[in-house]
This record gives sequence, C-alpha cells and structure tokens, in this order.
Amino acid sequence: MDLQIALLLGQDGIVNGAIYALLALALVLVFAVTRVIFIPQGEFVAYGALTLAAFQAGKTPGTLWLLLGAGLLVALIDTVNAVRSGSLGRLKRIVLWDLVLPCAVAGLVLGLEPGKLPLAAQVALALAIVVPLGPLIYRLAFQPLAAAPVLVLLIVAVAVHLTLVGLGLLFFGAEGSRTTPFSEARFDLGMVTVNGQSLWVLGASAVLIVGLYLFFGRTLYGKALRATAINRVGARLMGISATMAGKLSFTLAAGIGALSGILIAPITTVYYDTGFLVGLKGFVGAIIGGLVSYPLAAAGAILVGLLEAFSSFWASAFKEVIVFTLIIPVLVWRSLTTHHVEEEE
Amino acid sequence: MQIRKLALFLSSLCVAGAALADITVGVSVSATGPAASLGIPEKNTFALLPQTIAGEKVKWVVLDDATDTTTAVKNARKFVSEDKADVLIAATATPTSMAILEVAFETKTPQIAMAPLPPAGEKAGWVFTTPQNFGLMAVAIAEHMAANGVKTIGFIGYADPYGELWLKAITGAAEGKGIKLTAVERYQRNDTSVTGQALKIMAANPDAVLIAGSGTPAVLPQATLVERGYKGRYYQTHGIANRDFLRVGGKNVEGTIFPVGPMLLAEQLPDSHPSKKPALDYIKLYEGAHGPNSRSTFGAHAYDAYLLLTRAVPEAMKKAKPGTPEFRMALRDALEGVKELPATHGVFSMSPTNHNGFDARAAVMATVANGDWKLLK
Repeated sequence: MDLQIALLLGQDGIVNGAIYALLALALVLVFAVTRVIFIPQGEFVAYGALTLAAFQAGKTPGTLWLLLGAGLLVALIDTVNAVRSGSLGRLKRIVLWDLVLPCAVAGLVLGLEPGKLPLAAQVALALAIVVPLGPLIYRLAFQPLAAAPVLVLLIVAVAVHLTLVGLGLLFFGAEGSRTTPFSEARFDLGMVTVNGQSLWVLGASAVLIVGLYLFFGRTLYGKALRATAINRVGARLMGISATMAGKLSFTLAAGIGALSGILIAPITTVYYDTGFLVGLKGFVGAIIGGLVSYPLAAAGAILVGLLEAFSSFWASAFKEVIVFTLIIPVLVWRSLTTHHVEEEE
Repeated sequence: MQIRKLALFLSSLCVAGAALADITVGVSVSATGPAASLGIPEKNTFALLPQTIAGEKVKWVVLDDATDTTTAVKNARKFVSEDKADVLIAATATPTSMAILEVAFETKTPQIAMAPLPPAGEKAGWVFTTPQNFGLMAVAIAEHMAANGVKTIGFIGYADPYGELWLKAITGAAEGKGIKLTAVERYQRNDTSVTGQALKIMAANPDAVLIAGSGTPAVLPQATLVERGYKGRYYQTHGIANRDFLRVGGKNVEGTIFPVGPMLLAEQLPDSHPSKKPALDYIKLYEGAHGPNSRSTFGAHAYDAYLLLTRAVPEAMKKAKPGTPEFRMALRDALEGVKELPATHGVFSMSPTNHNGFDARAAVMATVANGDWKLLK
C-alpha cells in the first residue's frame, strides 16, 4: 500500500462515512425523542433512491401508492377518533395533511412526466413522495404505543422494517438501479481524482449537519424536540405535544434517509434491500455515540466508513465481519465508562 | 336408483380422469423468494408448454417452493403421493433441487433439475440437470483469454457459494491454459462500494479481470474499475444475462466479454449451430406470450427439461405404462440414454456418469455492444 492508495481509500471511506453519519444522526434523533431504535431508517434510503430511479426510467414509483394508501388509512383512523371524541375541528387538518397533500403529490407525479423534468425537480418530487411516509408510519405504528417500553418499540420497528423491505421488493423488483449523477465533473488533486458526486455527498452532508445544528439551537420546534429528548414529561408539562415531537422527528429521519439515498444512487447500485446494511452501519456509528451524542455519532460513522474502506482493501472477504465486530469493543468500553441508568417509566 | 346413477357417473369420471392424464409431471419452481427472478420465467414457460408429449396426454402440476427447501420437499412429497407423478422437474435453485433429490431417490422417481448440482454419489443416478455447469463456462472463458494473449487475471466475486464455485472453476480452467490468477477479491451483493477491492486488483495489474456476480450486482465492480481507469479486458459470467444488467451498467459495461448459453443470442447464431432451431422455437413461444426481449436463459432451462422428456417418454412408453414404478424406471433409463438431442442451451448426450450431457457447444462467447448482446465469432 502506498500513499496514493491510502488517499483513495480514505476518500472512499469519508464519502461513505458521510452517508453513515447522516443516518447515525437521524437514528440518534429518533431514539432521543421517541425511544424508538429506528431499524427502518435504511428503507428510506432505498425508497428515496429507487423512487428517483423510477422517475428516470419513466415509471410511476410504487411508493406513490404507498403514500396514498397510508394517507387514506391515517385519515380514516383519525377521523373516527375525532368523531368519537367530538372534536370535529380537527377534521380540516386531517383532510389537508393525510388526503389533500398525498393527492397533490400524486397529481404532480402523474401529470408532469417527472423523467423529463430537471434533476432538481425530480429530487424534490421524490422527496415529496418519501418524506411524508415518515410521519404517516409514526402515526400508524408508533404513536399508539408511545408509552411502551423500548423493547416493544424495537420489535415494532423490526416489523415495520420487514414490511417496508417486502413492499420495496414488490414496488421495485429484485434488481437494482442507478441514477444520473448530479455532476459529471472530475477534479485532479495531485495524486487523487475526486469526482463531482463525492463532493455533492460531502457538501450536502455538511450542509445538513449544520442545518440540524441551527434547527436544534435556534428554532422553537428544534428546541421543543430537544426538550422532549431530555425529559418527556417535563416537556409535556410545558405544553410540548409528544405526538408532534414524534411526527417531527420521523419527518426529519425520513427526509435525511431519502436524501442520503438520492445522494448515493449515482455512485452505487441501489437495491430494494440496500438500505438495511447502510442503516446498520449508521447504527454502529450511533452506538459509538451512545445513541445520545450527535458529534460522537457522526465521528463514529466516519470511522465506520474508513474502517470499511481499508478492510475491503486488506481482507475483502471479511469486510462486514470487521466492521460489525467493532461494535463489541465499543459496547465494552461504553459499559465500563458510563453508569447504567434505569429507564424512566 | 338415483344413487346408483350417481355412482356410475362418478366412477366413469374417475376412469376418464385417469385416461386423460396419462403422464403426470410434478414441477416445483421458485416463483417467489430470493431465486424469484429465475423461477418466474420458468413458471411462465411451463404455462406455455403443449398438453401432449409424443401423442400422450400430459398433466403439468406446477407449485411454488418460495426458494425454501422445506416447501420444496413438501411439494415433492405431494407430487409423488397425491399426484402419482412419473417425473419431477425441480427445482430452480441448487439447495431446493438438492432437497428434492432426497425424495426422488427414495421414491425412485426421475428428477430433472434446472440448477447445477454438486456431485451427489449414488443418488445422482436419479437426477438430470439442464443448465451448463460452471466448469464448462470457465473453460470457454479461459480459451478466449488464451486466444487473446491474456497471461494474468484478477478475480472479484461474491463472498458466497456462487463466487466460491466460480473461483474454483476458473482456477482449474486457467491453469490448463497457463494463465495465472494474480488477485482474488470478494464483495457482497448489496455492497455500496468496492473501491478497496478495485484498488487491490489494479495494484496487481492483471491483463484481464473476471467478475463473478449475477444480474445488476455484477455492475458495481466493473463500474468502479472503469472509473478508476483500469484498462485491461473485462470478463463476466453467464449470471449477467438479463436486461437489467444492461440497463444499470450503461456505458460502463460496453465491451464486456462473457460466456452464455447459445439460446440468448439465437438470432445471431450461424444456421449450422444445432441449438439455433430449438432456441428460436422457444423464443417464438415465450416472446409471443410475454413481449419482445422478454426471453430469459432460465426459462430456457425449463424448456430444455421439456425437450428431454419429448425424447425420453416415447422410449419409456415402449416398456411400461405411465403411473407405474416400471415406467419411472424406464423413463430414468431413457433419459440416461438420450444422445445428441439439440436443445436451446446446447446438445444433450447423457451417459451413466454424465447426467448433464452438455459439451463445448453449450457455451458461446458474447460481448456487450451499443447496449445490447452481441455474439463473438
């Protein structure tokens, strides 16, 4: 191994690590706010990428029907609840968010021929389909169980993951897809060539991370999420709705996931089940951060990316073994250095 | 009176039923599960097959095994005990075929598998396979390499039995031609990056690289190598012979060289090739029902199983009646005796030691040109 190879591997590791870092942040966010270990995080990666790929192949992505179906289901449940409790004022909001919004997205997708639009518009449409799935899934699967123990939430998360993977196979088929790159540019930096898409990945990750930092530090909603993460009961007493916090965190997680997928789709082939492994590596990163610290999670995810790149060079047959074995020393170290805190119930 | 009439009617129905379905074929395919992309064209093929073989009525009983060995065995048991199957065409994947072989051997029912099988000892007497084994394909690759001055190759394959079997096959075939394997790398089907492996191969700088993957996952190593500027020859295996590979590969896979059953390129075969006629027949049948370019090499393995039966059934009929153990034995012997039968993927010449029966005519070399398959002369 010479310096050039090390630089190339480092570049590859950092680009992959940036994606893992985004997913790790989303996992930490969802866990802190709702205590859900969000296994289906990876599915949003695959859905985002494959929805965009379906546009470019001139097909209508199956995720659109999922959005309409989930919206209808949530609207029905919420309407029944609203009628029962006599709060008819909520109906307007239900119709707007769960029926009008998905139908508007469907109208745009079916009416516009997204494959012929500029790339930015395609990305926006793909996000418009996939991101609303986040809060809808929260409403259907997790909101009724908001007070359940972590283990129950984890089991539900596994169920949601399996359902979404199965639907992904139904929507997109077993074979993978690639999308057109955001930029074909290449830059020669001495010994290393950097392609434009890698810079997009790094740039977008950095912008998202700074954006999240500002969101949590400067906005009312961000502060509400932080408050909920620190003390759920206290936050509720201050008038912060736990349901709102849950939906908002799932929206952010879905958005981060879908965007990650759209970013990596031009540099790798994405399959219906790609998301799980990508998400799992983000999870290893998040574990390094103890599922609470954002900067540690991001750093851990970059470490996972680098480790993956170098181990694929040294021992490609054992790459996954090496990456996932990392979790053991990390867990040992964490259990030795941190005090076990009983879950507040 | 009424009851007697009804009984008469029912018994006549039974007789009629038996007379109608003279030969029963039990078919287990993986229409769902991991091998679904192989099993679906096979299932479609069975739906298009004629209802008679050599003038005898045939009853095709087709079940899905979901690429699951337990379900496959359950299907096989049902075929033998309930349907009184004379022959089993099963299954899509190697593990399910192996599982069904247990039943075939135990009940002395001949089995035609649509997946390559490892050596099975005494049980192998009851199973015949229609796909080319990897060794045959590897020899075709090694010959092409030797003819084009390739002295060293790099290998990158799945970290699973597919990659392992190919590594073994190409190691043997390359040795025979004096070609050296200088780099061996592995990757996973759904890896998002193979930069490390690509760099390792480029550091060894072989004359050619062989990628042992299947379908769209075979694109990533090649795309990475192209992007990193590897200038050697690119070889792939017959696992890439589906349209999705071309769709995802785009310009990155132009010029790729791979071995494949002649059926994929039937139109481009010379008229003298024995597979041209059966392959065109099959393509007409399949694409007539499923649209242009819907052909799949896997569906053709199913059709080849049918072709084997068209040759073996008349022989067996001379010796015994369908539905009896004697007929199953006779059918097994007849299958083993098939000689020079032109099929879509090659020419079958079975023998007691060779239950696949294909020779070098079962592999042609092809390349990707302008986003389509092209036969190499």
